[in-house]
Amino acid sequence: MDQSVITPTDMADSLRHVRADFPILSQKVHGKDLVFLDSAASAQKPRQVIDCMADTMRTQYANIHRGLYWMSERTTEAYEAVRDQVARFLGAAAREEIVFTRNSTEAINLVAHSYGGLLKPGQAVLVSEMEHHANLVPWQMLRDRMGIELRVTPITDDGALDMEALAANLADGKVALVAITHMSNVLGTITDARAIIDMAHAAGAKVLLDGSQLAVHRRVNVQELGADFYVVTGHKLYGPTGIGVLWARRELLEAMPPFLGGGDMISTVSFERATWANVPHKFEAGTPAIIETIGLGAALAYIESIGFEAIGAHEDALTAYALEALGNVSGLKVIGTAPQRGGVISFTMKDVHPHDIATLLDRNGIAVRAGHHCAEPLMRRLGVTATARASFGIYTTPEEIDLLAATLEQIRGFFV
Amino acid sequence: MAQDDLYRTVVLERAKAPRHAGPLPTATLNGQGANPLCGDRVQLHAVLDGQGRIETIRHETRGCAICAASADLMAGRVTGQDRVHVGRLHAELVEAVETGTAPAGLGELAAFAPLHQHRSRRRCALLPWSALTDMLNDDKNR
Repeated sequence: MDQSVITPTDMADSLRHVRADFPILSQKVHGKDLVFLDSAASAQKPRQVIDCMADTMRTQYANIHRGLYWMSERTTEAYEAVRDQVARFLGAAAREEIVFTRNSTEAINLVAHSYGGLLKPGQAVLVSEMEHHANLVPWQMLRDRMGIELRVTPITDDGALDMEALAANLADGKVALVAITHMSNVLGTITDARAIIDMAHAAGAKVLLDGSQLAVHRRVNVQELGADFYVVTGHKLYGPTGIGVLWARRELLEAMPPFLGGGDMISTVSFERATWANVPHKFEAGTPAIIETIGLGAALAYIESIGFEAIGAHEDALTAYALEALGNVSGLKVIGTAPQRGGVISFTMKDVHPHDIATLLDRNGIAVRAGHHCAEPLMRRLGVTATARASFGIYTTPEEIDLLAATLEQIRGFFV
Repeated sequence: MAQDDLYRTVVLERAKAPRHAGPLPTATLNGQGANPLCGDRVQLHAVLDGQGRIETIRHETRGCAICAASADLMAGRVTGQDRVHVGRLHAELVEAVETGTAPAGLGELAAFAPLHQHRSRRRCALLPWSALTDMLNDDKNR
């Protein structure tokens, strides 16, 4: 282990205050200290988020945008302030470019329905071989509904996007939209968004980036990237479930028809017809996730109080540490070795099924994900049916990685 | 390392060295089951006798230790049994994994009772049984 890069002691010192913010980390599971290594599925919540949501419900809750009374106006202000906060967080040009959804899956479905409905037969949507089902199935449904083509750009054997194949896929100019992950939830690969966007734009295509995994690890600036659509989900950002975000260029949102109809998304309604509210409210029908949105605001404030410089440095060091530690476990194979990667490590172990690994790690208090990670086509490409996956958060420590590696070694001995 | 009751010797043994695994070229009945959540897959091949009893059964399982052991223990246990008996055993196994208490007569299959503490893993043990039930029902309805 290269001690010049990181030492468990150094990291533990810098993280002590962070871990204290997460009450769940002091829990025991099966009598053992909880080691939570499944933050890529959903991150744990700091007390700042928990307290903010509880305080809002205790002291300042009412429905928003319609109440002509003090409490509703205060809640509306708190809710809309998060839109400003998200706009700053993503580097949006205007608050109107931020649409609140339930999660990133709903945000992608919104684009598939609404922007997708503007596409014409003969045009194509392009995804990659490493997409989560959320960024594949909505496009398959669009293909079947609209008679468009769905193209899949392959990955290389190390788990990076095959940029030559991407160029070939874009060459005929039929691709209207490139929808691609910014960071793979299986391989940990961080895609070269800027290069993808430049290539796509040169070929006349818009670009949607699925930032569900990445936005918690690296600062995102949608304008610097030059993206057209960007989606994130609150629960992976140390925020609550039930709240996600679609960012899109204002002119795109204005050209797109509404996704869902109902209250709050209208301008006028008669029995014969309705006209739509301005963006972003055109895309926010019904009472939204008020408490969850306010909780997302608390989560973003929390992340920014730590800073992406510190988060990135911590996760890069931890990932390097983990790759080395896991590399020493007998029979263990890390899946995905792209040079640009984040703190998500999938692996298989010879003669031990990922589900058995996960169950036995759980008995030792260690929570990992095992399965196909909602990326079945990628599993087929990799020639596996499932993997085990350890993923890190700002609260993950090198000692936890050591414990993971040691327990995996014991599990291997148990089966072989 | 804290082990789990679930990984009893019989389960590990059958997962590592199954006694009833492999193809069966003479099979007149073939069935399969898959778990979309994890990709586990069980293929079954059987020959029935004139009274509808399972004369020979083989399985080809691609899955975890729990699934593989369950398929192998099942194959051993249902040989010589008819559809009604298989249905009764299947129901008793479901009861065992849901309650943690194995009905008398489950025998080695009681090894799966600890699954009542692992909701997410119950289907691993039940997959071969639902595949078998489907296969026998399809044959009955043919």
